[in-house]
Amino acid sequence: MIEVQHLTKQYGPFTAVHDVSFKAERGEILGFLGPNGAGKTTTMRVITGYMPPTDGKAIVAGYDVIEQPIEAKLRTGYLPETPPLYPDMTVRDYLMFCARIKGVPRGDRATRVKTTMERTRIADVANRQCAKLSKGYRQRVGLAQALLHNPDVLILDEPTAGLDPKQIIETRRLIKELGGEHTVILSTHILPEVSQTCQRVVIINKGRVVAVDTPENLTSRLQGSGSLYIEIDSMGADAQAALASIAGVSGVTVSERHGAATGYEVAMAADHDVRRELASTVVSRGWGLLEMRPMRMSLEEIFLSLTTEETENTEAVQ
Amino acid sequence: MNNILAITHKELKSYFASPIAYVVIGLYALVYGYYFYAAVRFFERQSIQMAGLGAGTPAVNINEQLIRPVFQYSMVVFLIVLPMITMRTYSEEKRSGTMELLLTSPVTDFQIIMGKFLGAMGLYAAMLGVTLIHMVLLFWVSRPEWMPILTSYLGMLLMGGCFMAVGLLISSLTKNQIVAVVATFAVFMMFWMINWIAQFMGPTSQAVLNYLSITSHLEDFMGGVIDTKHVVYYLSFIAFGLFLTARSVDVERWRG
Repeated sequence: MIEVQHLTKQYGPFTAVHDVSFKAERGEILGFLGPNGAGKTTTMRVITGYMPPTDGKAIVAGYDVIEQPIEAKLRTGYLPETPPLYPDMTVRDYLMFCARIKGVPRGDRATRVKTTMERTRIADVANRQCAKLSKGYRQRVGLAQALLHNPDVLILDEPTAGLDPKQIIETRRLIKELGGEHTVILSTHILPEVSQTCQRVVIINKGRVVAVDTPENLTSRLQGSGSLYIEIDSMGADAQAALASIAGVSGVTVSERHGAATGYEVAMAADHDVRRELASTVVSRGWGLLEMRPMRMSLEEIFLSLTTEETENTEAVQ
Repeated sequence: MNNILAITHKELKSYFASPIAYVVIGLYALVYGYYFYAAVRFFERQSIQMAGLGAGTPAVNINEQLIRPVFQYSMVVFLIVLPMITMRTYSEEKRSGTMELLLTSPVTDFQIIMGKFLGAMGLYAAMLGVTLIHMVLLFWVSRPEWMPILTSYLGMLLMGGCFMAVGLLISSLTKNQIVAVVATFAVFMMFWMINWIAQFMGPTSQAVLNYLSITSHLEDFMGGVIDTKHVVYYLSFIAFGLFLTARSVDVERWRG
């Protein structure tokens, strides 16, 4: 549905996006993840036909965005980083205008605007001026504008920025609903958002793609050997040495202290599950076992490791 | 066409939602009305004097001695109010990010420009429409010829079109409305003063400068003559201005 091929965008001497390629299938929700300034917005602006690429191309719903811009744009809905609202228009007038320039037939406009407002939960502000809306409402009016013409492809640049927690949950639910019938690309730097809503993630850093995979695969791929967090009240005894002496434990480090209790990070050798041994050791010595849980590498850590690794590589090359 | 009209409609709506339309029309109506009043009083005294001199004196002509000078002098107000019409056309869209909406919607750059141009022309026409009230009054109390009046309006519309094209171009170059309005005013001033400067020049440069002057082409229209030379001048001026605006929007796209 969306195909980006060897996309490069330069602003003068500065290369914002370098040789980026990826695909999104029909009905897929693709997360576009990267730190600020990684080139997410630039890539999205090229896909939406806002700006031409320096090199490479983007194909939306079978139409090249440069060769057949009108056909491609008819099938694309775009929510930019700042919702593009006209401050002196009411929400309804604004959406009616958007429906008109997005090619919604005259007879359908009023009903389409009404259903879209209900879907994005903005019907209660239909007659309010856009300038007087809160950030959360602006964001949702922007989203409504992107959905109006029922496009095949939705490009959402940080759709949950500025929303309160309840609105964030609602918006994520809406985006999940939209996947399936629409192909969605959403950019974000909030990582839980990706693991909750997206089927696939493209991680981009300094204008280059560093990883493309499902959130689960990314987690397991970078997991390596596991580690556990264990919190013990050892009544003053040396618990660290006792834990380290268990077979299968490759290292113990103190990570936290809460009064009498101490939290340890226990690294396990590959293919060794030492949870039973750890528990029985602690209990048999009469210590208090307060907490024990596996430590998974969070998406944050994966993200950091991928993006910092990349920096080291490029520095090494230079 | 539907897309052009959609944008024109939106432009007009935003003029009337903001104070701009009221300031522009109000200011013009005030200055024009005051000048019209003074000119009518003067014309009245003149006709009475002429009548007093008795037979053999040339008849007073309401078209040449009242309507024409009123139109000509009231155009000074254009200099000040027309930059206000175009100042926000592109600047505001760029500043508020709505440019992104227009450029990612299935409309062409040409449709956006034409929509904006027609919107600005619509407000300008509404402004000129105020003067129709005075014309109706004149037709009520006197019998002016209506052809020169019609050609004067046509000429003023064409001339306004040139100013709008320049204003759109300048607005497309900046995000700042104040910069847009001041720069547009300066450029209008320049085109205005070209005739004055022409007086100090040699015959060749005088002819060239006179030809370039936006206002000198209006003379024939005011006299009731539609000369294709002037129509071509105005239309090509407008086309060139809009073409440059299109290029300027395109450059913005490439730069990002």
